[in-house]
Amino acid sequence: MKTFDYARADSPEAAVAAGGRFIAGGTNLLDLMKLQIETPEKLVDISRLDLAQVERREDGGLTIGALVPNSDLAANAHVVDGYPVLARALLAGASGQLRNKASTGGNLLQRTRCYYFYDTAMACNKRAPGSGCSAIGGYNRILAILGTSAQCIATHPSDMAVAMRALDAVIVTLKPDGDRRRISIHDFYRLPGDTPQIETDLEAGELITHIDLPPPPAGQQLYRKVRDRASYAFALVSVAGIVSVEDGKIASAALAFGGLGPMPWRDPAVEAALIGQAPSDAVFAAAADALLAEAKGFGSNDFKIPLTRRVLIASLRELTGASA
Amino acid sequence: MAEFKMDADHPGIAMDRGVQGVLGVGLDRSEGALKVSGTARYGYEHRVEGDVAYGYLITAPAAKGTVTGFDADAARALPGVIDVMLDDPRIPRQAAAFGPAHAGNDAIDHWDQVVGVAIAESFEAARAAAKAVVVHVEREQGQFDTMANIAHANPPPRDSRLQDVAKGDIDAAMAAAHAAGGVTIDQVYTTPNQVHAAMEPHASVAVWDGDQLTLHSSLQILAVAKPMLAKAIGITADKVRILSPYIGGGFGSKMLGPEAVLAAIAAQKIGRPVKIAMARAQLFHNIYRRTDTNQRIRLAADKDGKLLGLAHDSVVSQCPDGGFMEPVALGSLALYDAPVRQFTHKVVTLDMVMAGAVRAPGEAVGTLALETAIDEIAEALGRDPIDFRKLNEPAVDPLTGAPFSTRALVECLDQGAEAFGWAKRSPTPGQRREGEWLIGMGVAAAVRINLLVDSEARVTLKPDGRALVETDMTDIGTGTYTILAQIAGEALGLPMESIDVVLGDTDLPPGAGSGGSFGAASAGSSVALACEDVVAVLAERMDAKPEDMTLKDGHAVAGNRRVPLGDLVGAEALVGKGKISQGSNAKTFSQAAHGAQFAEVAVNVVTGETRVRRMLGVFEAGRILNAKLARSQAIGGMIWGIGYALMEDAVLDQRYGQFVNHDLGEYHIPAHADVPPLDVLFIEKIDRHANPIGVKGLGELSISGAGAAVTNAIYNACGVRARDFPLTLDKVLAGLPEI
Repeated sequence: MKTFDYARADSPEAAVAAGGRFIAGGTNLLDLMKLQIETPEKLVDISRLDLAQVERREDGGLTIGALVPNSDLAANAHVVDGYPVLARALLAGASGQLRNKASTGGNLLQRTRCYYFYDTAMACNKRAPGSGCSAIGGYNRILAILGTSAQCIATHPSDMAVAMRALDAVIVTLKPDGDRRRISIHDFYRLPGDTPQIETDLEAGELITHIDLPPPPAGQQLYRKVRDRASYAFALVSVAGIVSVEDGKIASAALAFGGLGPMPWRDPAVEAALIGQAPSDAVFAAAADALLAEAKGFGSNDFKIPLTRRVLIASLRELTGASA
Repeated sequence: MAEFKMDADHPGIAMDRGVQGVLGVGLDRSEGALKVSGTARYGYEHRVEGDVAYGYLITAPAAKGTVTGFDADAARALPGVIDVMLDDPRIPRQAAAFGPAHAGNDAIDHWDQVVGVAIAESFEAARAAAKAVVVHVEREQGQFDTMANIAHANPPPRDSRLQDVAKGDIDAAMAAAHAAGGVTIDQVYTTPNQVHAAMEPHASVAVWDGDQLTLHSSLQILAVAKPMLAKAIGITADKVRILSPYIGGGFGSKMLGPEAVLAAIAAQKIGRPVKIAMARAQLFHNIYRRTDTNQRIRLAADKDGKLLGLAHDSVVSQCPDGGFMEPVALGSLALYDAPVRQFTHKVVTLDMVMAGAVRAPGEAVGTLALETAIDEIAEALGRDPIDFRKLNEPAVDPLTGAPFSTRALVECLDQGAEAFGWAKRSPTPGQRREGEWLIGMGVAAAVRINLLVDSEARVTLKPDGRALVETDMTDIGTGTYTILAQIAGEALGLPMESIDVVLGDTDLPPGAGSGGSFGAASAGSSVALACEDVVAVLAERMDAKPEDMTLKDGHAVAGNRRVPLGDLVGAEALVGKGKISQGSNAKTFSQAAHGAQFAEVAVNVVTGETRVRRMLGVFEAGRILNAKLARSQAIGGMIWGIGYALMEDAVLDQRYGQFVNHDLGEYHIPAHADVPPLDVLFIEKIDRHANPIGVKGLGELSISGAGAAVTNAIYNACGVRARDFPLTLDKVLAGLPEI
C-alpha cells in the first residue's frame, strides 16, 4: 500500500470539493490498495455523510441513499415488498460481514474480479492500459462472453447492479461544480472497447449520492445466481427477471444478466422476443438465441453459453408459470 | 525414564487402570475460550521486548530464469524503510529453507520465488518497499505440464515410502476376467494441484539475545524445524529456541517457511526483533503444493464379483531435486483382496514450487480415484457397492501377508448403511427427483496408514497435588492440550482442572509434533509412559503394587489408606519421564485406520450445481480419546472431501507457470453453505499392537474416501461419473440432457 492522504467529508459538497478518491465501506477499494492495483494519492471518506436512508417517493418509487449498507437495503420493507429481485440479488452477493459494510453506491462501482487484473505481475489493459490482456489465452472461467473486446474480457462482479438494471434504476450524482446529474443505469456503464480502464460514465470527482428506483414493476420477479459454491462466490451467470403475463401473453419483460459481460447485461432483443408471445419453451429458446447470438467463449468459459441458455429458459418458466 | 519400544504390545499401563473417568469424554478443548475470545496469542502476535521491525518477502515474477539484477534504490528511499536485503547468501530460494539447496544462487526455478526481504518500521511500509523493488530476470521457458513431460518421468525416489510393486500380471488378469465372463475397469482419473489453505499464514517473529535465537512461530514439528532453521542461518541447533504455542491450521505446510529464516537473518542484521507474515499469494507459490495426479486404475473381477487384479498406476509432478513423492497408491495397497496387484508411480520434473505433504498424502487423492473405480466395477457387475467391498475384504494384508492390527472396514460399512438408510438408494442413476433436483447416494471406503513416531514427555506431580505435562509436541488446532491432560488425568487420578499442559517449546522434551495423524498416538503414549514413572513412585510410597493402587480425585487409595497426592509427593515434586519409540510392530502388523463414508447429494438438472445434503462417516481409529474433539477432526476431514470432490483446484497458467487463482476468493474451499449436517460414528477398537494407549490416527482418515462418496452420489443422482476432479458444474452439465 502506498501512503496516501486521508480526509473526512462532512457534506456531499465538501466531498466533491476535496478532490480525491471516495471511500465508503472500502470492501473492494482497500483490497485493491493493499495489492497496489489502485494507488490513490488521497482518500475522501464519505462514510459519515447523511446518505443512508431509503425513502419512498410520492410516485411510489424509492430513493436509496448511496451509503445504505447492502444488508439494510436487502432487509428494507419497501424493497422486500416491491422489489424482491433486488433483495434476493443483494443477499446472493458476498458474505454477511461484507454486506454489512458495503454501500449501495460502492456496490455499483466494484472492480472486476478477473484473476489477471488482481495480479500486478500480469498484463492487464484495465489496470495498466496498453499492457495487454493476459486473460485472453489464459484461464477465464469467470470472465465474459458478451460485450468483450480484444483488449478486455472482464466481467462486472455485482449482483445488486444486475437487479438494478432490470429495475431501470437511475443514478443520481453530484459533480464538483455543484451540478447534479441523473444517469440511467442503462447509460451508466461502458463497454471496454479500447479503453477498458474507463468503466462508467462518471466524471472525475463525481459522487453518487442516490439511486432512484421507479415504482415497483408489475409481474413476477426472480433473481437466480449460478456459482461454483453455495455462497461467497461470484456469479458464473445470474438472471434478474421481471415478467408479467396478461391474457395468456407476456405483457412486459425485463431481464438482466450477471457474469456474462463487462457490465450488468441487458439486451432489448431478449425482451422483444418475449413480449406479446404466449409463454412456451419455443419462445424462451428464441429469447436465449437473441441473448447469445453474439456470445463468444474464450476457452475455460465456453460452458457459460449453454449454461446461460438453460438458466434463462428455466427462469422464464418460473416467471411465467409455464411448465417444461 | 519409562521407555517403551513397540517391538511388542505393551503389557498394560496405569492409564488403562484409571478410574477418574476423564478419558474418552467429549470435553471442550481447554484453550477454546482463549481462541474464540481472540486472546490466544499465535506466533505472529507474540509481544516481544524491544523495538520490533516488520519484514515483507520480495519475490520474482518469473518461473524459470536467472536474476540479473535489482533496482532497489527507490524502495530503500521510501519512508520507514530500514533495509532491503537482497544479497544475503542465506536467503532461501526454494519452497522452504529445507528444500532443495538453491539458497544463495541467482537461479529462479519457480514462480514468485523469494529473492529477498524488505524491513521497515511498519508492515505497510515493508510491503510498499518490497513491491517497489524491481527484480530483473533473464527468463527461460519453463515446463509446467505434467503429462506433456511424461517421457522424462523418473521412478519413485529411493527413500520414498512407496516403491513400485508388481505382484502377478495385470494384463493377464484383465484378459482372464473377460474370458471368464467377468468385468474390467480401465480408467484414468485426474486431480489438480491443491494447496493447504490454512487460515493462519506462515508467520514468525525472530528475536536475538547475543548469539541465541528465539523464534515465535507456527510450526508443526519442532524437532524437524529447529535443526533446519539452525542450518539455514548457519548456527548450531543449541543456539535456537522455537516456540509454537498455537497453530492456525497447518495440514503439512508448517514445517519451516522462508519467512522464519528471513526473520532470523534480518533480525540478526538490524539488531532488532523482526516479524514477518507471508501474504496469501506468496503461500500459494512458495509453500509446497500437493501435486497434480494422473491415476490409471485397472480392475478385473470374475462374474461373481471377486477381484482378480488391481492396478493403480500414477503420475505425479515435482520440482528438480524435490525428494518427496506423493504416495498416491498408499491407500490402495491393502484395501481390497486381489491376487494380482500392481502399484507404480512416475515423477515428472516441472519448473514449479516443490510438491510436498498436504493432509493425508496419498490417500486423500488416491481414494478419489480408487473408490470411484470400485463404484464403477460394482455397477458393471450389477452389485451393490457395499456388498462388492465386503466380498473383497482381505483376511490379512494382501501385499505382505501380515495380520491387521485391527480392522473394522466391514463393520463400518454395515453400521453406516444401517444408520444412513442405504437400503433406500436406487441402484440405477436418476431415479429420485425433487423439482429441479436429482437426488443420489454414494459410499466409499476410507483408509489411512497408521504411524507412530518417537516422542518424549515429562510429567511433574507437584507438592500441591497439581500435575504439569510438558513436551515440545504442538497443538495444530485439534485439541492436543486437552487430550494429553485427559491421559494424564486418567493415569494419575486427577480432575482436569488439576492439570496444566505446556506444549510447543523446544526447551521441553522432544515430542512427535503434529503431522501424519501420528500426534495423539505418539505424544499421548509418551505422556502415558511418563505417568508410569510417577505412579511407580506413588505406589512405592503407598507400600503397594501399582496395580493394587487406585488413583482418583487427587488421592491414592491402597489397602485401607486414602492419601492426598500432595502428601505423597512431599516437598520435592515427582518427575516422570516417558519415551515411546517405533518398533517392529509396525512391520509385524499391517496398521491402518478404516472407515466408511456416505453422502447424499442433490444435482440441479438446469445448472449442474451439486449440493451435498448430508454425510455420514463411520470410523474405526483405535481408542477415541475425546469424543467431541474426535468428531471435530472427522467432520473437518469430511469437509475437505467435499472440497476435493467439488471445488479445490489451484489452476496453473501453462504460459507462465503461476497459480492463477492464488487467493481464497478464487481458490474455493467449502463455505458454510456448502456443508450440510455431517454425522460421525466411531467404532472403538483399542489397538494394542499400534501403541501403548491403543490410539490410531484419525484426522487424515476422515478425508480419505469422503470426496469419492460425494462424487459417487452425484453419479447415482444424475449418471455423470467423476474422472477429472474436481467435478465442477460445467463437467456435470456436459453430461446432463437438454432441459
